[in-house]
Amino acid sequence: MKQLLTGNEAAAEAAIQAGCRYYYGYPITPQNELINYMSIRMPEVGGAFIQAESEIAAISMVHGSAAAGGRAMTSSSSPGISLKQEGISYLAGSELPCVMVNIQRGGPGLGDISASQADYFQAVKGGGHGDYHTVVLAPSSTQEMADLVYDAFDLADKYRNPVMILGDAQIGQLMEPVEFHKKPKKNLPAKSWALTGAEGRKKNVVKSFYPVKGQLEEFNAHLQKKYRTIEEHEVRYEAINTHKADVILVAYGTSARICKEVVKKSQQYKFRVGMVRPVTLWPFPKEIIRKVSERVECILTVEMSAGQMVEDVKLAVEGRCPVHFYGRTGGGVPTSLEIIKKIVEIVPDNRAANTLLQLAEVK
Amino acid sequence: MHAIYEKPQTFIDKATHFCPGCGHGIVLRLIAEILDAWGIRGKTIGLAPVGCAVLAYNYLDIDMCEAAHGRPPAVATGIKRVHPDHVVFAYQGDGDLAAIGTAEIIHAANRGENITFIFVNNAVYGMTSGQMAPTTLLRQKTVTTPSGRDPINSGHPIRVCELLAVLDGSSYLERVSLSSPENIRKTKKAIEKGFKTQMEKKGFSLIEILSPCPIYWRMDANEAMRYIDEEMTRTFPLGVVKDWEQKN
Ligand SMILES: Cc1ncc(C[n+]2csc(CCOP(=O)(O)OP(=O)(O)O)c2C)c(N)n1
Ligand code: SF4
Ligand SMILES: [Mg+2]
Repeated sequence: MKQLLTGNEAAAEAAIQAGCRYYYGYPITPQNELINYMSIRMPEVGGAFIQAESEIAAISMVHGSAAAGGRAMTSSSSPGISLKQEGISYLAGSELPCVMVNIQRGGPGLGDISASQADYFQAVKGGGHGDYHTVVLAPSSTQEMADLVYDAFDLADKYRNPVMILGDAQIGQLMEPVEFHKKPKKNLPAKSWALTGAEGRKKNVVKSFYPVKGQLEEFNAHLQKKYRTIEEHEVRYEAINTHKADVILVAYGTSARICKEVVKKSQQYKFRVGMVRPVTLWPFPKEIIRKVSERVECILTVEMSAGQMVEDVKLAVEGRCPVHFYGRTGGGVPTSLEIIKKIVEIVPDNRAANTLLQLAEVK
Repeated sequence: MHAIYEKPQTFIDKATHFCPGCGHGIVLRLIAEILDAWGIRGKTIGLAPVGCAVLAYNYLDIDMCEAAHGRPPAVATGIKRVHPDHVVFAYQGDGDLAAIGTAEIIHAANRGENITFIFVNNAVYGMTSGQMAPTTLLRQKTVTTPSGRDPINSGHPIRVCELLAVLDGSSYLERVSLSSPENIRKTKKAIEKGFKTQMEKKGFSLIEILSPCPIYWRMDANEAMRYIDEEMTRTFPLGVVKDWEQKN
C-alpha cells in the first residue's frame, strides 16, 4: 500500500521497519518531520526516543546504543551535522554501525533552511578528524529514501561502519507516494563484539584508543582494507543514456531530479545527453564515470554547491574529457533552463542543443 | 588460613599507569571489590573517560566502552536504553564531567537516568599536565593559573553535587574523599549506595570523590592527603547532598 509521506517521514518509518529501536535527535529545520515522527512511532514499537540536549549528545547516545548492539539512528541538518562530527569520528574509530541522516540546508554558518548540497565534502571525505570514511547514500525521491534507509542499516552492520543518508531540504520535505518493501533479513555477522555484560565470556571493550606505538597504524591499515572492500562491492549509481550521449550530466539528489528532466527534454529533440546519478557518494562511482569519459565530448556536473562533487568527477575522469560545472549556492536550486543554457555554453556548435535552448526559452 | 585481604577478581592483575599516590587506582579497586562481592561483574557495563583513567578498561575485567571527552553521560544513556536491567556506570574526571561535559551530565541528571556516576575530583587536569580544572580551588596554583586561580579571570570552583541537587531528576548525590582508610571505606559505601540506587531503579546517582593528584599538586603523597582534608574540604564539604531514602 502506498502512503503519501515526506522524505523525512519515509526515512523514519523505514528505519523503524528495518529494526531501528534507538533514535536520538535534536530539532532542526528542514529535518523536523523526522524527529517528530520518531517521537510517536518509537514508543509504539517499544523503542527508545530521546530528544537530546544537543547534536553532540544525540550522536553520543547513538554511540552507546550501537556499542550495546542495538540498531541506532540520529538525524539532523547541516549545522547539527557539524556538531556530530566528533561522535562520527569516534563511531568510525570504534567500528560501530549506525545510521545518520543529513537533510542538508544552506551554509556556511546558520545559512538558511532551504535545499543545499554544500555538505558533500564533509560527508564523503570524513568530516571529523582521522582517516576514516562513512558510507554515504544519496536518495533522489521519497521512495528511494525509504529503500536506502533499509539498506543503510544492513550496510552498517555488514561493515561495522557508520552510514550517512545525504538528502537536502527538498528530498526531506517533498511529499510523494511511498511503499515500504520490507526486505528479507540478510545474513549479517553476529555482534559478538557488543557490550552486553561479560557474563560467562571474556570482556568486550569498545574503543578507538591505541596508545601503544604501532597499534594505531595497524588498526588504520585494517580500516583502509575495509574501505577498499566497500569500494569494491558497494558502489551504486543510475546510468541513463550513457551509451548514446555526447554530453553526460553527473548529479545526485535534487540536482539529479532536474538533470533527469533535461535528459528527457533532450531526447525529444534528438540531442544526445546522458546522465550518471551516483547513489553512493562514498564509495564514489568512479568506474562508470571513467568509462563514459572515454566516449563523450564532455561532462557537466550539476550541484547545489560551489563545486564539490565535481572534484571527484575530475579525479575519476583523469583528464580524458573536459569536466564542466554548474552550481547554485545558498538555497538556490538549478532550473532545467539554466542547465540547458550551460550545455549550450560548453558545446556551442551543437545544433540540437541550440534548438533545445530556443524551445526551452519560449516555454 | 582465612584471607583477610585479596586482589579483587574483577581487577586485572597488572601494573597500572597511575603515578605513585594517585587516587584513581583506589577508586577502580573499590569498584572491582563491589562487583565481586555483589556478583554483578557479568551484568555491569562501564564507561571510561578521557583523562588519566582513560585506560580503566585495561584494569577492570568487565564490558566497557570509551566515550569522547565529556560524553560518558550521553554514551551511558544510549547503553542503558539497550540494557535497562544492567548496571551501567560512568567514571569521569572533573574536566570531563564539569567542563567539556557539563551539558551532558546536567541533562543525564535532569532525565533522571538510572545510571551511577563516579566523579573523581582532583582539582586539576591530570592527563594534560596539570592545568586548571573547573574544580580548582581559589588561589590554587596550576600550570594555567601560575599565580593561583583568580575568580576575576578564571571563575570559581564548581560544586557539582550542589549544582545537580537542584534538579528534580537527581536521586543520590554524595561527596566523599580518599584522604584516610576511614574515608576510603566511606567512599566504598557511597559507591555501593550508588549501585543500589540504580539496581532499585531509583534514578540518577553521583558520587563525587576528592582524590589526590600529588604530581600536579606538587606535593608528596602524605601532603596531598592532608591537602584534601585541610584545603579541599573547605570548598567541597563532605557528606550526603541528596538521598532518595531520606526525604531532604
Ligand atoms: C575534545 C578534547 N579536548 C581535549 C582533550 C585533551 N584532554 C584529555 S584529558 C583532558 C582533561 C582531563 O582532566 P580530568 O577530566 O580532570 O581527568 P584527570 O586526568 O584529572 O583524571 C583533556 C583536556 C581531548 N582528549 N579531547
Ligand atoms: S597525573 Fe595526577 S591524576 Fe593523573 S595519574 Fe598522575 S597523580 Fe593520578
Ligand atoms: Mg581532574
